[in-house]
Amino acid sequence: MAGRAEIRTSNSALIAMIADEDTVTGFLLAGVGNIDLRRKTNYLIVDSKTTVKAIEDAFKEFTTKENIAIVLISQYVANMIRFLVDSYNKPIPAILEIPSKDHPYDPAHDSVLSRVKHLFSTESVASGRR
Amino acid sequence: MSGQSQRLTVVPTVTMLGVMKSRLVGATRGHALLKKKSDALTVQFRQILKKIVTTKESMGEVMKTSSFALTEAKYVAGENIKHIVLENVQNASLKVRSRQENVAGVKLPKFEYFTEGEIKNDLTGLARGGQQVQLCRAANIKAIELLVELASLQTSFLTLDEAIKTTNRRVNALENVVKPRLENTINYIKGELDELEREDFFRLKKIQGYKKREIERQLAAAKQFAEEQFAEKVSLQKGISLNLAHNLLSAGANKDEDIIF
Repeated sequence: MAGRAEIRTSNSALIAMIADEDTVTGFLLAGVGNIDLRRKTNYLIVDSKTTVKAIEDAFKEFTTKENIAIVLISQYVANMIRFLVDSYNKPIPAILEIPSKDHPYDPAHDSVLSRVKHLFSTESVASGRR
Repeated sequence: MSGQSQRLTVVPTVTMLGVMKSRLVGATRGHALLKKKSDALTVQFRQILKKIVTTKESMGEVMKTSSFALTEAKYVAGENIKHIVLENVQNASLKVRSRQENVAGVKLPKFEYFTEGEIKNDLTGLARGGQQVQLCRAANIKAIELLVELASLQTSFLTLDEAIKTTNRRVNALENVVKPRLENTINYIKGELDELEREDFFRLKKIQGYKKREIERQLAAAKQFAEEQFAEKVSLQKGISLNLAHNLLSAGANKDEDIIF
């Protein structure tokens, strides 16, 4: 439909991360980390001292930056800013909830799957009762 | 909803009837096409959903593997590996490219990841545990691959969801608002045209009736006039003027010698 093209086709976009130290280290080792000219990184390491406000700010910054296509966020961090994650409805960047070492993946809290809970039967993934 | 089956305000002419009929045909065809599109999109939607569920499950496994690899690397190469990695961050070597794919008429975004430049690994694992570090890196790269695919699926999922909602909205609007309105307008125009025709017909009949009566009256009047004329002539011959004040000049000049002008 003309006039509704919000999908950006970019040739090189980054992957942002908001996760605990180990997960971020692993991904940085793989080569996902980026520091731009203003010494801004595309990842945020969340530990017990990080405030919710800092996480919110980082989330907002990552989702408004033009060159970030995916935001990986640990599920327990996403739970801290659940309202922000749930009210986010743009297709790009894509918000992906990943499990962390101490918190295994919980489909019942995933923001995307919970939206289609009604499409599933009671014994499926999103209902959290497997 | 008030005014749900109102009609459009139009001048009830034959041309407008033709226009309304063609619009109704267009609306019906559009409704059928949109319904088909909505069904196709729903099929795609369900497929993607299934894929997402399976991918998310396997993602849990992959993340576990990668975090194991990291623990091993930490164990072998020492705890400082985190700091070394953090220091080494410069430009991302793993990036994603986003394209648009056309699925059943809807533009869906798709990510694919690619490596650009070389991975900066000058200092990591130089002291010890280089192999573990490499293994950890490989595991993490695999994890990233899977995550990129998952993100791609997720965005198509969300975009499809919106597209389905819009299409369904249009289908319902056509079905419940546009078509009834057009049908009501057509019925109204037909009714008005019929009434006009009936009016015309009635007027025609009335005028015919008038004309007929007029002719009859004239016939009767003419007949009576003719009869009176005849009666007058007859009575004049006998010397009596019957009620008629006929023209002395003309009638008398012909027969009466007393009248001299």
